[in-house]
Amino acid sequence: MKQERFEQAHREEWAAFEAMVAGGDQVHPGADRLPQAYRRVCQHLALARDRCYTAGLVQRLNRLVMAGHQTLYGSALGLAPQWGRFLAGGLARSVRALYRPVLLAAMLVAVPFAALPPAIARAPQLAYLFEDPQDLARMDTMYRPGAGHFGRAGQAQTDVAMFGFYIWNNVRISFQAFAGGIFLGLGSVFFLLYNGVHGGAVAGYLTHAGLGRQFWPFVATHSALELPALVLTGAAGLHLGWALLAPGRRSRARALVEAAREGMPLVYGAALMDGLAALIEAFWSSSALVPVALKLTAAALLWTAMASYFLLAGRRRA
Amino acid sequence: MIDTLCAQETPEGVELEFSPAGPAPRALAWIVDAAIRFIVYLALASALHGLGQLGTGVLLVGLFLLEWFYPVGFEVLGRGQTPGKRLLGLRVLRADGAPVGWSRSTVRSLLAFADFLPFGFAAGLTAMLLGRRCQRLGDRAAGTVVVHVEPAPAAPRPAPGAVESLAPPFPLTLPEQRAIMGFSERAPGLTLERARELADLLEPVTGASGDEGVARLHAMARNLRGLG
Repeated sequence: MKQERFEQAHREEWAAFEAMVAGGDQVHPGADRLPQAYRRVCQHLALARDRCYTAGLVQRLNRLVMAGHQTLYGSALGLAPQWGRFLAGGLARSVRALYRPVLLAAMLVAVPFAALPPAIARAPQLAYLFEDPQDLARMDTMYRPGAGHFGRAGQAQTDVAMFGFYIWNNVRISFQAFAGGIFLGLGSVFFLLYNGVHGGAVAGYLTHAGLGRQFWPFVATHSALELPALVLTGAAGLHLGWALLAPGRRSRARALVEAAREGMPLVYGAALMDGLAALIEAFWSSSALVPVALKLTAAALLWTAMASYFLLAGRRRA
Repeated sequence: MIDTLCAQETPEGVELEFSPAGPAPRALAWIVDAAIRFIVYLALASALHGLGQLGTGVLLVGLFLLEWFYPVGFEVLGRGQTPGKRLLGLRVLRADGAPVGWSRSTVRSLLAFADFLPFGFAAGLTAMLLGRRCQRLGDRAAGTVVVHVEPAPAAPRPAPGAVESLAPPFPLTLPEQRAIMGFSERAPGLTLERARELADLLEPVTGASGDEGVARLHAMARNLRGLG
């Protein structure tokens, strides 16, 4: 068939199809006819290539097929039901599925965090090995007894301002722990260790300085969300790195894409937990009005809730 | 053929062709987006200035969203295009040609931090130069590509000048026919000299040179297309 007759025969069909896909992945009123129309245009493209029609026509058809592909394969599910299922147990299942990187990430944070306070209690100068003396001096004022708010440099900062700061800073740290994983996991290892060491050094220093009664109740509650959030994003990063190091029977490119997909639930969950942690840290942990006993009770409850969620949620119908 | 076209086979059995965008247009698009983000940040800052500490809190949350989720929002809701990409005619697609969703777009956005390291997107640039599809690290992890948006299709042009149609002196293969029709299709974009030069190469077919050769090629193209 000559090209001119081919174009004449299908011109109207193509125009109609173009109108159908003009809205991108938005659903069009005539959507039920789309798949059939799309397959026909695909066939026309294949014919045009096979019959060596001109580049102009092939490009035009390629463009139509591209738009049709976008429309047909682009319709996304609503987000709300996905989030419901995700929180009801999907997140916990994803975490358990990646238990190896999660445990490794937890160790990377927990070991220095647990080891440094006793070490600093024995040899206080160790704190200065990891922290700037000026920062530590600032810590002294932040947690001195009788302060209106704990964990803040001065009286100037209100709860809302600190909430904004915690969101901007803490979620960023979590995201970085994930992104660093692309460098064979080394970036994640760095951010996990760094935060574990930093936390351990500060905790050890303050406890040694006799400010533990202000410090521990302050961190106890929100750390139940903040530390697991860091561990989860770090674990997702380690998972990325491992996919590059040992892709198994897949190509590295494919292993990387799959690892990112498997890790994303952890990142979403961590972002959510960081957001909640920022709320708690700004409005609850820092308050000097809330009695210490109440804070510690809340902290114990929250830690238990987190542990049981990750261990138990989503077991049924898994 | 040396070009940057990439083909992706669809479930319908045809190959979709797209051309991945290189570092230069993507850097320009990034600069445009960075400028927009900066302006939004300034506007936000001056609007919230009067609110004191409350404003600071809101501003920091806004800064966080601008930093990480500006590209995600535009890429998912704006058909794969941030304002900068729209200006430069670029678009983010899944590597299989489908539009990007929330998850892939978020992976790209988060890994932009890794691409930036150690300075000025050096890691991302290296990754782009090492692959056929110009993917930065974030693209590789998300399985996405940034492609040039095809320009709007040119209206079908009648072969200029010649109105008569001329059968080739001997049967031509399909690729040869396509070359002649392609010449006729592209002639309006060529200088006269270049058209003559190309037509002279086909003197054995047309039996003429110079303007006469060009005219005969157009006539043959009309014949091959099935016009008259």
